[in-house]
Amino acid sequence: MEYTLLILLLPFLSFLFLGICGKWLSHKTAGTVGTCVLAVVAVLSYVTAYEYFTAPRLADGTFATLMPINFTWLPFFNGSLHFDLGIMLDPISVMMLIVISTVSLMVHIYSFGYMHGERGFQRYYAFLSLFTMSMLGLVVATNIFQMYMFWELVGVSSYLLIGFYYTTPAAIAASKKAFIVTRFADMFFLIGILIYGYFAGTFNFGHIEGGSLVAVGDFSTVLGIDAEAAKYIPVALGLMFIGGAGKSAMFPLHIWLPDAMEGPTPVSALIHAATMVVAGVFLIARMMPLLIGFGAIGGLDVLSIVVWVGVFTAFYAAAVACAQSDIKRVLAFSTISQIAFMMVALGVCTELTTGHHNPGSLGYMASMFHLFTHAMFKALLFLGAGCIIHAVHSNEMSAMGGLRKYMPITHVTFLIACLAIAGIPPFSGFFSKDEILTACFAYSPFVGWFMTAIAAMTAFYMFRLYYGIFWGTENKKLHAEHTPHEAPLPMTLPLIFLAVVTCVAGFIPFGHFVSADGQAYDIHLDWNVAGTSIVIAVSAILLATYIYIGERQPVADAIQEKFKSLHRWAFKRFYMDEVYQFVTHRIIFAYISRPIAWFDRHVVDGFFDFLAWGTNALGFRIRGLQSGSVQKYGYVFFIGILILLGILCLAVF
Amino acid sequence: MIQIEYILIISAVMMFAGIFGFLTRRSTLAILLSIELMLNSADLNFAVFNRMLYPNGHEGYFFAIFAIAIAAAESAIAIAIMINIYRKIKGISVDKLEKMKW
Amino acid sequence: MFVILAVVIMLSSVATVVTKSIIRAATYLLFVLLGTAGMYFLMGYTFLGSVQVMVYAGGIIVLYVFAILLTEGAKADPALRKAKDASWGFIVSLVGFLIFLFVLLKQKLFAGLVPALGAPSEPTGTDTTSIDYIGHYMLSTGDGGYLLPFEAVSVLLLACIVAGLLIARKR
Repeated sequence: MEYTLLILLLPFLSFLFLGICGKWLSHKTAGTVGTCVLAVVAVLSYVTAYEYFTAPRLADGTFATLMPINFTWLPFFNGSLHFDLGIMLDPISVMMLIVISTVSLMVHIYSFGYMHGERGFQRYYAFLSLFTMSMLGLVVATNIFQMYMFWELVGVSSYLLIGFYYTTPAAIAASKKAFIVTRFADMFFLIGILIYGYFAGTFNFGHIEGGSLVAVGDFSTVLGIDAEAAKYIPVALGLMFIGGAGKSAMFPLHIWLPDAMEGPTPVSALIHAATMVVAGVFLIARMMPLLIGFGAIGGLDVLSIVVWVGVFTAFYAAAVACAQSDIKRVLAFSTISQIAFMMVALGVCTELTTGHHNPGSLGYMASMFHLFTHAMFKALLFLGAGCIIHAVHSNEMSAMGGLRKYMPITHVTFLIACLAIAGIPPFSGFFSKDEILTACFAYSPFVGWFMTAIAAMTAFYMFRLYYGIFWGTENKKLHAEHTPHEAPLPMTLPLIFLAVVTCVAGFIPFGHFVSADGQAYDIHLDWNVAGTSIVIAVSAILLATYIYIGERQPVADAIQEKFKSLHRWAFKRFYMDEVYQFVTHRIIFAYISRPIAWFDRHVVDGFFDFLAWGTNALGFRIRGLQSGSVQKYGYVFFIGILILLGILCLAVF
Repeated sequence: MIQIEYILIISAVMMFAGIFGFLTRRSTLAILLSIELMLNSADLNFAVFNRMLYPNGHEGYFFAIFAIAIAAAESAIAIAIMINIYRKIKGISVDKLEKMKW
Repeated sequence: MFVILAVVIMLSSVATVVTKSIIRAATYLLFVLLGTAGMYFLMGYTFLGSVQVMVYAGGIIVLYVFAILLTEGAKADPALRKAKDASWGFIVSLVGFLIFLFVLLKQKLFAGLVPALGAPSEPTGTDTTSIDYIGHYMLSTGDGGYLLPFEAVSVLLLACIVAGLLIARKR
């Protein structure tokens, strides 16, 4: 399956082509090139997936981990430690290939309509290609170091895309914020990688083979490392989790994601809903065997940290989402919340066996399943939001309301996505969320009930959003001035496609493809959990309907009045940004950065300035010696020779 | 009976005459002539050392030949430069050639 | 013969540097070079002598004469520098010469080391001065071969032709 290299190479070439020659291309050509390349990539991904999943399983019932390409790049320590580059195919990376290429293709098509006539259209497509390439590279990485390289590439391309409207100060600030926050987290990731590489003696991921933990590629059992070194592995894994939390916007590193909505909406759909933000989840899933294998050695249980960070983030983001008025912000917080769901699901996965009798291992599959379905319906939501923004030229809910009459297709697809995220059968979100909840209940009833409650909040705020946009108070004055209209075909087509996927994705026998130990098993609905969650979701939806459907919303206003301070806190995102501002400006900048800057400017720079000044002054003094007259030089030269000769004579005689 | 010292003295006279010329003449062409004088004295030394000290060798001999070739190359370039300078400043006196100082 | 040549060389070389006219200086230099060629002949280095006559006397000096005529012509050099400068140069050269003489004569570096020219013990074996021999070694890569410098010099000369044209061409 060497052709998988093309999956990486094509978007990269497209990036180079569009980036270098884009200036001379028309918008149409540039967009077509980018989209066609992506279409080819998507087809290749599907072919890869088909070939991979139809290939016969290994003797122990798992899919083989393939490495079509792998070569040693940088060896260290006489080759015992090395950075490799290559392509690794295993169930989750193949699944991610499908997700990324599908969403990316949809976004490419959609952008044709959305970005129509924008300045820098070619640049936009070039960046999209770069992003797709790096994201695909991230998921097929054969080792953690390669993953890190693509991880940073993803960060860069996300920076470029968020800051696409580089003339808007808000976009610049948002892109900087996203970059700095994720970079800050990546620093821990890098430290974690180095610690891991040093103590484990490899940069490869661990995985299960024949029931024991094996490092992919070099086939020395990771568990075989000595006990002293093994103590440091959980530390490394914990640091890696910080990196993952940065990319996946876990509390308290989530602050960049809402601001990143300054980028074009299709970008938000691609990066901040479907692909980049799940990189952290993917990372944790990749390290899963290690996380479980090194469980609580050294007293650091990374998995429970993952669980609690996830739980808190899910709650926090859901609470904030209930009070936001900017539709993209609501979606951003719902993304944070949903990704936290996936994190929790991974965290509650405590063993690597499969089967219905063993719910401890359910989380892994559930998380990946939710990643898959969430990518589809969240991309759909964002693209739908893009259509709406396109129609009313505003992000604020106050400019909307009653849009169902004007935009039927958007309305229906948006509703489907809302139902999916709320967890209503038969839409895909129901199945995956149900698996997560089952896994949570198996872990601890408290986490289970808490997550169920958050699921209810999800249903509530999504329908609040839905009613706010399509029903509710219509902003008649604005709509009279500028009648909202349905989006053009390139924009609705991806919506319809994704809506169809959302409807059917739940019936994919996901457990046959991805599971904790690779064995196939049938997803089994636990009707206790499923029933509860359906009931709760439906009641949350009904509540939202009751509050928000009408032309006037007395209940909503009353609640807002009653819990005024709470609402304001939630609206201001519990002042997290202000806390950051305070910590960075008042404490870090004032007491650490300023003195360092002073030292740098006055002492370090001063020293070098002095050196430069001294050299300059000296040169100025002695420049008279360089008279330009050859004969003077001749005199000096010859007299020098005579002096040397004289010295020699004196020495000899 | 010619001693090696005699020839060395002749070449020394050439050499120091060249040096004197180099240091005192004002026309750049005259300076170049002085340089030729010095080169020539070096050639003579090569030849005489070869002839008198290593009659069976040929290194000094070959060096003299190569030195002549290089002197030819050097003077060709130097003269080209002089002609160019003459076009620029209408003179070839070294006193005027101080453009390149600091 | 040797004495005649020696006198010619020494007088001409001094005259080269003290004469006022450049063209005269070039002429005196020609005598010096021819005298040196005579020295080579005297030593039995006929090939070197003929190269000296052809290249130096025939080529380079002619080139100089051309250059002189192209620039300042036969005009008198605006003389030597001021007497003070000239005397400094003279003193320096004289001191150098005296040191040289002192060393050479005091040390008797070559005393007893070499047979004087014209002494009965002529070199034996291969005649290292024949053109046959020179050509062989000039183009051989073996021990004592000079092919590499030969090629390098040919490249140098080519570069000089090109550079000379480039520098001196009218812009």
